[in-house]
Amino acid sequence: MNPPLTARNVSMVPCHRCHLISQIPSDGKLSGMACPRCGAALHQRKPDSLNRTWALVIAAIVFYIPAMVLPISVTTTFAGAQSDTIMSGVIYFIHSGSWHIALVIFVASVLVPILKILILIFLLISVQVKSKWRPLDSTRLYRIIELIGKWSMVDIYVITLMAALIKLGGLASFDAGPAALYFGTMVVFTMFAAMSFDPRLIWDCMEENHDSG
Amino acid sequence: MQSNSLMACHDCDLLHRIDGHPEGGTSICSRCGAVLLSHKRNSLDRSLALTITGLILFVMANAYPLLAIKSGSLYRAATLMGSVEVLYAAGMWQIGLLVFLTAILFPLLDLLCRLYILIPLKMNRKPWKLSFIMSLNQTLNPWGMMDVFMLGILVSVVKLVKMMKVIPGVSLFAFMMLILVLAAIAAFFDPHLAWEKGEG
Ligand SMILES: [Zn+2]
Repeated sequence: MNPPLTARNVSMVPCHRCHLISQIPSDGKLSGMACPRCGAALHQRKPDSLNRTWALVIAAIVFYIPAMVLPISVTTTFAGAQSDTIMSGVIYFIHSGSWHIALVIFVASVLVPILKILILIFLLISVQVKSKWRPLDSTRLYRIIELIGKWSMVDIYVITLMAALIKLGGLASFDAGPAALYFGTMVVFTMFAAMSFDPRLIWDCMEENHDSG
Repeated sequence: MQSNSLMACHDCDLLHRIDGHPEGGTSICSRCGAVLLSHKRNSLDRSLALTITGLILFVMANAYPLLAIKSGSLYRAATLMGSVEVLYAAGMWQIGLLVFLTAILFPLLDLLCRLYILIPLKMNRKPWKLSFIMSLNQTLNPWGMMDVFMLGILVSVVKLVKMMKVIPGVSLFAFMMLILVLAAIAAFFDPHLAWEKGEG
């Protein structure tokens, strides 16, 4: 079986910025080469993809914990102050009958970050053990996390608008809690993690051991 | 020109020969299904018109109040920027900055970059510093989150109507239109066209 006709297998490299294909010089050295059309540095694969993605995934896990445990918002009324975590907010909205709000917040703030982190760990491990398991499905999983990642940010926007409008009302005050900062940073980390993962590594695994096997 | 008709899939590195540019056609990777190229009819004219519309809507969305509240004789309105300022004043400047960047600055820069690229291309000129602007646009693109912000508005309104009377502002309608226009720009703007036309 012949190896698939990829750019790498025929000593070519596509520019990550403008997609122009360049020929790699015969000595095979790519370092310092720039795309002749747009001037971007040329890399066969995203540089240091696995290490960077692992580091960002671990950072995201570390930030996910305080984001869930600490209060995300503090409401102060004449009756006193009340702190809410993301989950206590979700539970409150289930009990008060706004199950659609509860669903949006639960999916965007709790489920999507966990899914992103789990899928990235799965992809990282399957690349590292050179898994040949369903590369097409793995690529699809990667596309899903690229697509859904930013929707986790919805709670941050809700807090911003609630803080502004409740303050305008003047009867109560609504402040972002310490979890908001951890949460926002965690979402940013997961987005950077998805960007630094190179899906072509999934397909590279399929070609390993072609000569020996 | 031969290398121009070759394209590597950005998701799996498989090489494809793209013969001609069928207008309105989409080329899909035969191995992983990634969209390689999507040539739209009148891409340049349409994306230029959409970008200008987008900028007008952006100004409206930011100049007018987003939501207003009414309780008794009290009527007060909040703009997007005003909401960010409330967070800043409350000492949560980091969150305020995150909202300012993702819901205001990055979407604005995204539109301006596209306008900067499209106007010279329309006049058959090479945009100055095309490579830098394209790269800026590509880097900022995932961080513009106006569509997510729109969902945030809807959730906040549903939460707030239990406590007070919430009145949608002019800006809210501009926002909804802007989300549609931004989606259309993403569909019609063809970066390959920009690279090819901007080359000579
Ligand atoms: Zn592919």
